Amino acid sequence: MTTTAVPVQSLPAGPSRRGSTRRARRSVYPSWFYIPAIALYVVFFAVPTFASFYFAFTRWSLFDSTFIGFDNFVQFFQDPQLVNGFIHTFEYGFSTSAIKVVLGLALAILLTSPVLGRGYLRAVVFFPVLVSTIGVGFIFKNLLDPFHGMVNAVLGAVGLPKPGWFTDPNMALGTIAGVDVWKGVGIATLIFMAGIVAIPQEYYEAARMDGASSWRIFRSITLPLSRPAMGTVIILSLIGGLRSFDVIWATTNGGPGFASDVIASVIYKEYQFGLYGLSTAGNVILFLVVTAIMVPISWFINRKEVEL
Amino acid sequence: MSTRLRARRWIVGIIAILVSIVVFLVPFAFVILQAAKTPAEASNLNFALPTKWVFFENLTAVLQTNDGIVITAFINSVLLTVFSVAVMVVFAAMVGYVLQRKRTRWNPVINFFVLAGLIVPPAVVPTIWLLQGLGIFKTLFSGVVIEATFGLSFSILLFRAFVATIPRELDEAAVIDGAGPIRLFFQVVLPLLRPVIVTVIVVQAVAVFNDFQNPLYFLPGSDLATVQLTLYNFQSQTLSQFNLLFMDILLITIPPLVLYIFFNRQIVAGMTSGAIKG
Repeated sequence: MTTTAVPVQSLPAGPSRRGSTRRARRSVYPSWFYIPAIALYVVFFAVPTFASFYFAFTRWSLFDSTFIGFDNFVQFFQDPQLVNGFIHTFEYGFSTSAIKVVLGLALAILLTSPVLGRGYLRAVVFFPVLVSTIGVGFIFKNLLDPFHGMVNAVLGAVGLPKPGWFTDPNMALGTIAGVDVWKGVGIATLIFMAGIVAIPQEYYEAARMDGASSWRIFRSITLPLSRPAMGTVIILSLIGGLRSFDVIWATTNGGPGFASDVIASVIYKEYQFGLYGLSTAGNVILFLVVTAIMVPISWFINRKEVEL
Repeated sequence: MSTRLRARRWIVGIIAILVSIVVFLVPFAFVILQAAKTPAEASNLNFALPTKWVFFENLTAVLQTNDGIVITAFINSVLLTVFSVAVMVVFAAMVGYVLQRKRTRWNPVINFFVLAGLIVPPAVVPTIWLLQGLGIFKTLFSGVVIEATFGLSFSILLFRAFVATIPRELDEAAVIDGAGPIRLFFQVVLPLLRPVIVTVIVVQAVAVFNDFQNPLYFLPGSDLATVQLTLYNFQSQTLSQFNLLFMDILLITIPPLVLYIFFNRQIVAGMTSGAIKG
């Protein structure tokens, strides 16, 4: 996935083939194969995206729109609650992505080593990926309920403080991020496992022959050679994290107050209020945020891969 | 050395299993226990065994709520998933194949738009405006095309990476044997794409079936409700009936689970040969 630009250049384009049969090749790989996908993409993705750059500058009721310049954006950045959502998006995206990378790599190393109960562990780590985000949100909302929840009952029984996981404004976003990691770490682990399994076994044998420690083997073999997998995990989890909505809406609806709002939940709230122009401005801001973060990161990751 | 290694393997394994029980098995067991309890017991939200197992009573109760809205939602979700994933597989396979095989100056442009489709968040209200303009808002058809469109980019990336592992010589042999472009793709290349097709089907089917955000925006109204929307509405309507809420969670986890159990090995195969080695 991350190797987007790489195979394009590295593929052997036979010199004899190139000269002789340019016409023939054109007919063998027909360009109209693109058309169905392009049609969908243009109509249902590109058109609304371009339209959003106009409607974000309007007061809009879906039937008629009045151009109001930058008013929506001014309102967005003057309202402290909306600014909150803006900042939370970064915090949430980067923290969930970082934890998934670290935990996913650790779990993948564990689950590719001959550990006791490996099949069971693999299954159990991956299972939450299959449960819907709404379902996962509800499970933890009940497990972490401050008064009736099981977790706090256990904490109280052993004399520990009982935090208000989803109800304490300082904790809500962090708790949601934890739930997100619980659900998503299985995918990260799977991708890392695929990367680690692809590393030739000879490298490990040679390193052990030279008396390298486990830490050294990890630093010098596993880590650098699972870099493509790491790129994939970083990109996918960051895109998912910055656009995250389902898990937040299932657990706190952005609350308490606005303590766990992100841009995606603000977009939905403005949409519910019928403030379509403001909602679309939120969409444009999310677009800019995600693009500004993802473009340099994916460029950096792809460049690194070329060097390898 | 080897006994020490074996001992470490055991200790690490036992610790990992204990942690996994607390972190993963307890929440799963919690769902199953709640789903088997009476409403009064379930509202305590504790981990005690039900004094009276009413698992099947709860199952029928869930299916009968609101004139069987759960069943309607299941049908909607299955239709939405099957059709959108079918569109994704066929359209993305065609693009991934030609994009990998044919080198033109358009390739970088197309690659750019594929990546943009993966990164850019869809513009919600303008999409609703568009669907209304086309007269297909609040139809299952619009849900299918929306889900298919949003899933295209990721599918194309998987297909393109996998096509790179199929030798070009095969295409040439087929062409020399007289196959046209259509036959070459559908009879020679497509069968070889089987592993990645399975991967795309499972990954995208689970994603669409479990999707909440897009149905929330684009499929409003109880006629078009998907299983995730009904689950969400269940929470607000039946606050006192946690047993039914958890039974519903259990129920709608079955289709993705079955899909995964069937194709478990092939998913990893498609991922490794496709996405990672690129």
